[in-house]
Amino acid sequence: MSDAGAAHPREWPLWEVFVRGRRGLSHVHAGSLHAPDAAMALRNARDLYTRRQEGVSIWVVPSAGIVASSPDEKDAFFDPAADKVYRHPTFYEVPDEVQHL
Amino acid sequence: MTAQRGGWLDAVRRPDLPPAGEYALRLADDALVLAQRTAEWVSAAPEMEEDVALANIALDLLGQARSLLTRAGELEGRGRDEDALASHRTEREFVNCQLVELPNGDFARTMARLLVFAAYQVELYSRLTGSADEVLAAVAAKAVKEVRYHRDHATQWVVRLGDGTAQSAARMQAGLDAVWPHADELFEADELTDALVRTGVAVDPSSLLAPWSAYVGTVVEQATLVRPDVTALPGGGRRGIHTEALAPLLAELQHIARSHPGARW
Repeated sequence: MSDAGAAHPREWPLWEVFVRGRRGLSHVHAGSLHAPDAAMALRNARDLYTRRQEGVSIWVVPSAGIVASSPDEKDAFFDPAADKVYRHPTFYEVPDEVQHL
Repeated sequence: MTAQRGGWLDAVRRPDLPPAGEYALRLADDALVLAQRTAEWVSAAPEMEEDVALANIALDLLGQARSLLTRAGELEGRGRDEDALASHRTEREFVNCQLVELPNGDFARTMARLLVFAAYQVELYSRLTGSADEVLAAVAAKAVKEVRYHRDHATQWVVRLGDGTAQSAARMQAGLDAVWPHADELFEADELTDALVRTGVAVDPSSLLAPWSAYVGTVVEQATLVRPDVTALPGGGRRGIHTEALAPLLAELQHIARSHPGARW
């Protein structure tokens, strides 16, 4: 089961699976799988990733449709945010009158 | 084969088993034998994802078989549990239809058989939820969701292979042609089902034919295949008459339990 779909065009394409759990608010990446088309990918995802009642909703996305940040760009992408603590909303006094915050 | 209703075999087999128990046993054996057949695909399916899909289907069927065998054992009242009934009956004591014991053949034939059988089970279980036997009704209510998925899985593949390449279409058609002569047996009523229909326990098998036919007809059409025009084979599975394929399947299914009686793990 290689993931080199382009090098082996006869192999089924790869899909990424996102599952929303029973109490989950959003879909979470669960893994990937091979399937010939979207309808079969959804069914395979049901069989592979919700066998133990993990989910109530599934998304499948062609892996080729996901644009990912590169590990090489990690420093440039994420480190500049490290010293900008003022972006966290922790510098405000909450007035006593404000409720339900 | 309504001409062969009853017969000498009924006189020599299980005189103690009440009709409802015999009926539960029929449904159980169908599920048990197809579970075993389907499990043969595990590690041998065309793709790993399909291994898992077929394993799930086999496990659903095994679960149905366990509940139904347990019910048959209770109704028999001789202390036989699901394991005793699964492992310590001979081929002639199995009352599954012949369709489920047929060898898998290629993947297309396996999907053809699953389509035929799961479509039958959907019609059966959706009506059996109203059975006068509360256990059968409960098993059916749980199982109907499972077999709807089995039917969908088979449908997806029959349509894709049928409406695929020339090669896949030819093999899918051959698969349908091979299993179709065994379908009629599913819809044969006999004295047992007639009696149980009157008491509200069983579903009349013949009443399932029209809705089954409508469903599979739509799928075959969508798959751009031809509905097989074949003569039904004699059948006889409900009376313990089987093809040569059942005995080797049972040998594999039963050999651990028979080699190590009473073993636990």
